[in-house]
Amino acid sequence: LGGKASAYSTDEKPNSFEDITNYNNFYEFGTGKTDPAEYAGSLKTAPWSIKVGGLVDKPGSYGVEDLAPDAALEERIYRLRCVEAWSMVIPWLGVPLASVLNKAGVQPGAKYVAFQTLLDPKQMPGQRSAIIDWPYREGLRLDEAMHSLTILATGLYGKALPNQNGAPIRLVVPWKYGFKSVKSIVSITLTDKQPATSWQELQPSEYGFYANVNPQVDHPRWSQATERRIGAGLFGGRQETLMFNGYGEQVAGLYAGMDLRRNY
Amino acid sequence: MLQALNRGLRHVPVWAVWLAGLIPLALLVWDGMQGHLRVDPIRDIEHRLGRTAIYMLMATLAVTPLLRLTRVNLMRFRQALGLICFTYAACHLASWVVFDMSFRWAQMLGDVVKRPYLIFGMVAFCMLLALAVTSNRASIRRLGPNWRRLHRLAYPAAILAALHWLWALKLWESWPLTILAAILLLLAQRLPGFPRLGPPKATTSLRH
Repeated sequence: LGGKASAYSTDEKPNSFEDITNYNNFYEFGTGKTDPAEYAGSLKTAPWSIKVGGLVDKPGSYGVEDLAPDAALEERIYRLRCVEAWSMVIPWLGVPLASVLNKAGVQPGAKYVAFQTLLDPKQMPGQRSAIIDWPYREGLRLDEAMHSLTILATGLYGKALPNQNGAPIRLVVPWKYGFKSVKSIVSITLTDKQPATSWQELQPSEYGFYANVNPQVDHPRWSQATERRIGAGLFGGRQETLMFNGYGEQVAGLYAGMDLRRNY
Repeated sequence: MLQALNRGLRHVPVWAVWLAGLIPLALLVWDGMQGHLRVDPIRDIEHRLGRTAIYMLMATLAVTPLLRLTRVNLMRFRQALGLICFTYAACHLASWVVFDMSFRWAQMLGDVVKRPYLIFGMVAFCMLLALAVTSNRASIRRLGPNWRRLHRLAYPAAILAALHWLWALKLWESWPLTILAAILLLLAQRLPGFPRLGPPKATTSLRH
């Protein structure tokens, strides 16, 4: 698997494949960081279909190859900032979400995009405990979804996406906390109302709909001012967290005039 | 049987408890040197030290209920268990300061006064520190009846330590909840009305 290089890629050094595939938050397979690597083998990623629906001209079920054909893949080396104040750099392979939405034909009334992860406790043992109201749901405002930084990823490091990273297809929104980038997507729905999202439903005072990386707005229980880069070693220290995870130049305009303290 | 056990326990030197108590630390160092800590060694070090401190505190708090319910007497080892707990708590705090926060004092101080989970943890640590520095015979003599009162701080410290763990997580996870429940059970044993065996019969105590 390969992808065209992209001007959006960072020149920071990517984390190792080992790091990226053995340190995951994917509660469908357990809450421990190594649970996904250990248990995601039970996920069957082929055949897989993604239901595209709601306010689109061509609703229907699509295969991964329909939405993200191998020939269209780009390599996007992005920073990933977790809400838990750690970060990584990941060389994703994917296609702009905008290309997928444009193919489906977004209708004028659409304002938001809602995503859902597979619901199948047989394949996803973590779903057998009701820690989250499964299935995992996420959403974006339409302009966020159409932004050229937003991709649907099907691979990383030149390989098909490993199960623990959200195979076969996942969202990547690099200026938002990692939990926005929903994994193992089975449905994409265009709506005119802001969709309910899993973490916001669970703890609205701690997780907002926007979840933009913002060093000035702390999580109520911990600071977001700095982060620890995974793989930096015992004495790697911490680094300052950047506004919009360093993508402010591209995305700050989306939020012009908005109070980011209230819309966290 | 019970008498034989307690007699046998009297021959176990206290340093053996120290040695056993430091096994988790040795395993952690070993795992670190062998590269078994893998992707995020800082998190593993910090969390393993913290969990062990709580387990050791629970062991310390189990000594009295064990004596009351089964008459197995580990009183001689309680001071060592408490100090081992404090050792792990101190290492846990040090790993946070050195590895996790890398001496960012301003952020640490700001967080410690603002973040409930850090407040819980730091208050628990201060309590354990007070217990550790007064765990010697001289303090017991000097403080008299106040010593017992002071050392009841182990109870709130245990609850705060468990809350510190729970509050640092994104979800209510079952293992730390189980630990909190176990701590509350250990503390409840101390309330009046909880079952206990009476004092040993005179015949057995005369044999001493």
